[in-house]
Amino acid sequence: MTATKVMETESGKAGGPSGGGSASSVGGGIKQVLGGNLRQYGMLGALIVLALFFELMSGGKMLTPSNAQNILNGNSYVLVLAIGMLFVIITGQIDLSVGSVAAVVGICTALSINFWSFPWWLGILFGLFIGVLIGMWQGSWLAFVGVPGFITTLAGYMLFRGLYQYVGKASSQPAPAEIRFIGGGYLPEWGPNTGLNNSTLLLGILALAAIVFLDFRRRARVSKAGGTPPALWVALVRLGVIALALGYVTWLFGSGRSGTSFPVTGLILVVLALIYNFIATRTTIGRGVYAVGGNKAAAALTGISVKRTYFLVMTNMSFLAAVAAIMYFGRSTSTGPADGVGWELDAIAAVFIGGAAVSGGIGTVTGSVIGGLVMAVLNNGLYLMGVGSDMTQIIKGLVLLIAVAFDLYSKAQGKPSIIGALARGFNPKGVEAEFAGGAVPNRDLGNPLWAVLSFVVFPVGLVLWALWRKDRPNSAKQARNGVVAALVVVVFVGVIAIFYALAQTTGLFS
Amino acid sequence: MTAGQAELAGKAYPDAILQMIEITKDFPGVRALDGVTMTVRRGEIHAICGENGAGKSTLMKVLSGVHPSGTYEGRIVFDGEEMSFNGIKSSEHVGIVIIHQELALIPELSVTENIFIGNEVTRNGVIDWVESRQRAVRLLQRVGLDVDPDTAIKNLGVGQQQLIEIAKALSKDVKLLILDEPTSALNEEDSENLLSILRQLKEQGLTSIMISHKLNEIAEIADSITIIRDGRTIESLDVESGNVNEDRIIRGMVGRALDSRFPEHTPAIGETFFEVRDWTVEHPQVPGRLVCNHSSFYVRRGEIVGFAGLMGAGRTELARSLFGRTYGTYIAGTILIDGEEVQITSVPSAIAHGLSYVPEDRKVLGLNLLDNVKNTIVSAGINRISTRSVIDMEAEVAAAEDYRMAMNIKAASINVGVSTLSGGNQQKVVLAKWMFTQPSLAILDEPTRGIDVGAKYEIYGLINRLADEGKGVVMISSELPELLGVCDRIYTVFEGRITGEMTAAEATQESLMRLMTDTAAA
Repeated sequence: MTATKVMETESGKAGGPSGGGSASSVGGGIKQVLGGNLRQYGMLGALIVLALFFELMSGGKMLTPSNAQNILNGNSYVLVLAIGMLFVIITGQIDLSVGSVAAVVGICTALSINFWSFPWWLGILFGLFIGVLIGMWQGSWLAFVGVPGFITTLAGYMLFRGLYQYVGKASSQPAPAEIRFIGGGYLPEWGPNTGLNNSTLLLGILALAAIVFLDFRRRARVSKAGGTPPALWVALVRLGVIALALGYVTWLFGSGRSGTSFPVTGLILVVLALIYNFIATRTTIGRGVYAVGGNKAAAALTGISVKRTYFLVMTNMSFLAAVAAIMYFGRSTSTGPADGVGWELDAIAAVFIGGAAVSGGIGTVTGSVIGGLVMAVLNNGLYLMGVGSDMTQIIKGLVLLIAVAFDLYSKAQGKPSIIGALARGFNPKGVEAEFAGGAVPNRDLGNPLWAVLSFVVFPVGLVLWALWRKDRPNSAKQARNGVVAALVVVVFVGVIAIFYALAQTTGLFS
Repeated sequence: MTAGQAELAGKAYPDAILQMIEITKDFPGVRALDGVTMTVRRGEIHAICGENGAGKSTLMKVLSGVHPSGTYEGRIVFDGEEMSFNGIKSSEHVGIVIIHQELALIPELSVTENIFIGNEVTRNGVIDWVESRQRAVRLLQRVGLDVDPDTAIKNLGVGQQQLIEIAKALSKDVKLLILDEPTSALNEEDSENLLSILRQLKEQGLTSIMISHKLNEIAEIADSITIIRDGRTIESLDVESGNVNEDRIIRGMVGRALDSRFPEHTPAIGETFFEVRDWTVEHPQVPGRLVCNHSSFYVRRGEIVGFAGLMGAGRTELARSLFGRTYGTYIAGTILIDGEEVQITSVPSAIAHGLSYVPEDRKVLGLNLLDNVKNTIVSAGINRISTRSVIDMEAEVAAAEDYRMAMNIKAASINVGVSTLSGGNQQKVVLAKWMFTQPSLAILDEPTRGIDVGAKYEIYGLINRLADEGKGVVMISSELPELLGVCDRIYTVFEGRITGEMTAAEATQESLMRLMTDTAAA
């Protein structure tokens, strides 16, 4: 009895931060509509605003059917890699070899079809088999020999790049039509003329039906289990928003020139994302992956085999690298020396922009896909505006930094308002002191003033530089690029900052 | 109370080295400290008592500058001057040094290097190792430690490491030493040693503040005591005035007297169902060294069996090697469940045979601190709520809610992170995780370490309930009163051997200690 009374005060404290006394009823409503974990909406918001920004700046070239199809076709393979990389990163490892692995798989598939006369499907199976084999090789070094993933895959990066060159002998192997369909094809057109591609329309309708069905089934189950599902209006508003979004996407992809539709690569990506999201959230394997990444020793004592988890995750990564390789092979219609170069870094960047933790244990499939799309839209938008690859690289680097910095800040203890934190003054000892305290979850990262300042200083610097260069011959384009780059960074920071301000005033982030 | 505090704050203390006046500290949504006032006299050992979550650690973080000036309200007067610290360095500059519960030593570096880390002895900007070593030797003498200053920290025991931390503090010309739970990881002998060193340092004029849950130690060593509850100063006790004993402190901490430290329990003991014979295990790194040496014991249904022993005696090693051979190299021995020999070679097979093991260090071995309450509770018994490795989400929520109620886990919901819970509630989550596997034998390794009096009482109640359900309970503890208060039968362990067996009724702290140190056994 005594004890119960005593513990009540503690529960108040434990519940306090998450209960969030400041959550207004409006905020609560929004929260209910959006669902539980809202952190990824920050990045989704950034993605949408970026797309709209480029749409405006490029004079409507961004959100056209053919451009949207291009973005998906040109980036799906990276997103597939990001899904695999996510699991590797959750376990606290990293895979630097995926580009080289993909190159090997690509050339093996191509050679098996072109030289051994494998039918295309057998060539694909052969490629996937090679991918799994390589994954088992790397997984074994990590799991059973204990070589850290960083080293194992750094070795793999060199080894498989060399193997690719050895096997490929600098030849360029063409892809058969079926594989070109997988990597860059479109769904067929059939039936009556609806003004949209009917396959795309059907997909959109099926997706909506599935979402509605699952949502109502969940409601029914919650009621049956004796719980109270969210209010009906909440469900309807949410479904309404989803229906609108789905409708727009269907229209965007389905209204292109005849013969185009939602791309096949997009379909592969969606299916893989659904499967892996299910694995991550609903299966014991997924739980094991998070458990190993969160605390290896505790996971082992809980009956989760750490070695098996490492092995599975690495094998799966190379398997997905093989899938990506085949998609890319089809899209580029032939193998080439640049296959797979730098892919690992794009995949890793996507995962971290999507909110995964460097130290492992945290990350979502949805987040990683959104993170990858942010990068894809940036690439594409800047290209549409004629910004050179120099500036594009600079912006991508900055976006990665900003995204991870804001994410770290949001995960830090409590939710001090950004403004309040700025007013507090920069405290260089903040980080050090908290770590000295030995408290793992209470990471107060001190003050983001420096970081924010540098993000402001940088765009301003770019603009000044652009203005300075403007009068020189042949530099007008460069100057314009500098201004565009600065604008993109400002917009990106702005969107995220707005989300945080919103989160802090309404208690939306949980 | 406010009037009393104001009076306290206004009073002049000529011999005060430190006054913290009306300290208030808010975290988003929580007021951690609410006008705490305390005064520490020069040259005393001042204890701060309070339950976990009462605000002790926050108060010490304010004092040491971890929470910088401006993030709290109130005043700190140290050595007659008003202080505003903005980091650990600035509080160390005036001579306030804090030693955290989790030691901040670097295992690979030597004693000398650790003592002077961040505070190196330099000449012209270059580290003077000769001088460093000389000073290290002198500091080690002051803390009564006889080790080579070139030894790597990882080769020292926890007790010795704690003393190194004190030496490190002394090297910084400390005037006020703050110790957060200095003895929580130590066995009785090392604790005793540490306390006597503190007493010696006090005679040399050092003032210290000690946070501890071990009330017997506080009653023994402290000159005065400040009791904090719910972020407020409840009272300050002067030990010299008499009238201060453990019960008095407990009353202050929990707001009323605990009639008994241990819940009443009438054991209903059945037949023997779990038996270990000649269990022999080798140290994982040192071949030939036996951490379990022909150990044999048994557990009956409904029985709570205690294992007493000093740190490193082999109790945890025994438990973990039984639990799916997760420690050491198996040499020999058999496990019999219900009279039949079973092979338990992995954690899943241990779980399948009805074993469960609640590890001694919940943050390192028991919990994934990134995870939430729900996922943690079902993690060990995940197969019970999944078919072909697909988890039934509804069953999961239902199970987690059941255990949250049954174990009285104080959490806002099952979806909050376990890292936000207090130590006692974290421990209940770990217990729930293992109870969910429906074990027939629960091995609990230091189940009440580092948790407060109220939560301990609850844990004892849960242990009794397990026994009443007919399960066998093995309880490993370094606190002898706890073993005597909770267990039905107690084994003693010394250097990997089981040196004795007694019923709780016939055992005393003295008789157990004799067997634990092997002065009686051959």
